[in-house]
Amino acid sequence: MSIRERLSGNEAAATAMKQINPDVVAAFPITPSTEIPQYFSTFVANGTVDTEFVAVESEHSAMSACIGAEAAGARAMTATSANGLSLMWEMIYIASSLRLPIVLSLVNRAVSGPLNIHCDHSDAMGVRDSGWIMLFSENNQEAYDNTLMAHRIAEHKDVMLPLMVCQDGFITSHAIENIELVEDDKVKEFVGEYKPEHYLLNKEEPIAVGPLDLQAYLFEHKTQQAIAMKNAKQVILDVSKDFEKMTGRSYGLFEEYQLEDAEIAIVCMNSTAGTTKFVVDNLRKKGIKAGLLKIRVFRPFPVDELAKALSHVKAIAILDRADSLNAAGGALFEDVTSAMYVNNIHVPAVNYIYGIGGRDTKAEDIGSVYTDLLEIVKTNKIDNPYRYLGLRKEGDK
Amino acid sequence: MAYNVKDVVANKPSRFTAGHRMCAGCGAPPVARHIMRALKPEDHAVVAGATGCMEVSTFIYPYTAWTDSFIHTAFECAGATLAGAEAAYQSMKKQGKLPEGDTKFIAFGGDGGTYDIGLQSLSGAMERGHDMVYVCYDNGAYMNTGIQRSSATPKFADTTTSPAGKVIPGKMQSRKDLAKIMVGHHLPYVAQTLGYMNFKDLYEKAEKAIYTEGPAFLNVMAPCPRGWGYPTDQLMQINKLAVETCYWPLYEVIDGKYKINYKPAKKLPVEEFLKPQKRFKHMFKPGNEWMIEEFQKEVDTRWQELLDLEEITNKE
Repeated sequence: MSIRERLSGNEAAATAMKQINPDVVAAFPITPSTEIPQYFSTFVANGTVDTEFVAVESEHSAMSACIGAEAAGARAMTATSANGLSLMWEMIYIASSLRLPIVLSLVNRAVSGPLNIHCDHSDAMGVRDSGWIMLFSENNQEAYDNTLMAHRIAEHKDVMLPLMVCQDGFITSHAIENIELVEDDKVKEFVGEYKPEHYLLNKEEPIAVGPLDLQAYLFEHKTQQAIAMKNAKQVILDVSKDFEKMTGRSYGLFEEYQLEDAEIAIVCMNSTAGTTKFVVDNLRKKGIKAGLLKIRVFRPFPVDELAKALSHVKAIAILDRADSLNAAGGALFEDVTSAMYVNNIHVPAVNYIYGIGGRDTKAEDIGSVYTDLLEIVKTNKIDNPYRYLGLRKEGDK
Repeated sequence: MAYNVKDVVANKPSRFTAGHRMCAGCGAPPVARHIMRALKPEDHAVVAGATGCMEVSTFIYPYTAWTDSFIHTAFECAGATLAGAEAAYQSMKKQGKLPEGDTKFIAFGGDGGTYDIGLQSLSGAMERGHDMVYVCYDNGAYMNTGIQRSSATPKFADTTTSPAGKVIPGKMQSRKDLAKIMVGHHLPYVAQTLGYMNFKDLYEKAEKAIYTEGPAFLNVMAPCPRGWGYPTDQLMQINKLAVETCYWPLYEVIDGKYKINYKPAKKLPVEEFLKPQKRFKHMFKPGNEWMIEEFQKEVDTRWQELLDLEEITNKE
């Protein structure tokens, strides 16, 4: 029997970590992810876990210590947000290049500046090309479930890549909701033991990690990372299937909500998908065929599957909770439209930058997007595909 | 057993192999080789390297000069990287996930990666008490990128970012005292050393640092023939002069108590150390006598301070 609880997103992530019982956790406080190492330190202090907790002096050192620990043969985990991830950035690339399946809990928050502690996805978008698997979570349950699946995916021999589980800062990290937990022994069995093939602490086979890698080899090594990322897609699906067998909760590369017969659709990630589902339900009651595609697996990006799932709709709105400041559109917009293009599917698409710095995104805001989509379907015209949602205009209060 | 260089070299095969690509006359390879020899033969080591000359010359894919396990991640984080590996060891050992036997943890970083960009990572690792040794091989500048000044560069030295020009005669700031910063961390073992007198001092300090439980720090002067401008066969002479002039005193601090390991019977004028090095050439031009005087004054002040610290910390 699963355990019914009420937990915040941060508690959910920390609980998953407790059940995974990693060998090393190295972390540094930063709002809004601070609670994760806080809760975890309590588990360490009370002897609930076997973990060595390294209270590092910066996020750069947090990721460096995770790299050292994982290369040494341990399972290493960390958590961070926003500027913490920015400070880790150098090491984020090194972690994936060394093929170390470190798992990071990323509680999404706006990257400075100016300083803001609230949710947007600019932190995650800054590392989208770093070779990490990136899973997004709508709520505390998904943050928990994704974390339980993380090691099975990351440590798979065809993958061996680090993985981050994202959830929205404050919106889900601090909101207490119902959650279904898996029993400790079942988690232990599901996650399994980590048995690295090569590791620093194996005195029978000393290894050297992190060479100077010049013109003759670096290209091939980077390509191996790219292949691993491609392999990850199937592994994610396989692990998700096993997870469904254990919990009954089904996960794919993305979630299709009322999408099958939808004429207009929104594509978005994390908590906004919850708001969008509410709006979709209301529109459906009015006979409007609205749908949602919620990205779960952002890296590897499900190019073909996503294009196919959206091929029948008449207009799409892609919601980006981070502006790319490139005069072209947000990162998710570019990924989705590019996926459609290479699959030779032409559906009118429009981009909305929304929720920057924790700006609240209400049902009315999402409703206005669907209204815009209906207009696009009617007129077959898009004046400006790069739009803002919930941005105050001159004269607004 | 009393130290005997012949015995050490004969009985302890090098764990840092030949074939690396460091320059002839560089002070760093003998330091690494001798420190690695201080390990007990039965012990395994995990070595971390900060980006720098030593790392890029000893571990070029697909070759490595390290026979123990080795990890390099980036410039500023050898301390944190090795701390992570050590934490993994503590955790896995406690859980019975590792076979019997000891593993020792040693980091090597140049002065750039230690005094400057890696200072925070080093300080954090030492403060947290990881059972590891951090070795700074101090050649007094960013040599790997082409001799730029660091906070370890001595005053007046001519480097590519503190050039001896017509208006500014080299680096105008004094050298940071890293060993004392590490003493301020209240570590069980801190020492300053270099390769001199058959490497006895270096070897013995390495052995103490490795086999002292908890964090230990070694600051080892390692001259650079390109950056300092001396003939490659003069390495040991430069080391000798650094000690005999008291420019680089040999001392250790055990649980806060200072011990100066070598006090020259006749302290040589610092000119003797400066003269064979091209980086100080401009100091010997007529009219620049004040620079040598000022340099000498700094050496004298720091030496006296060390003598005082030895006296104060050993008072009953």
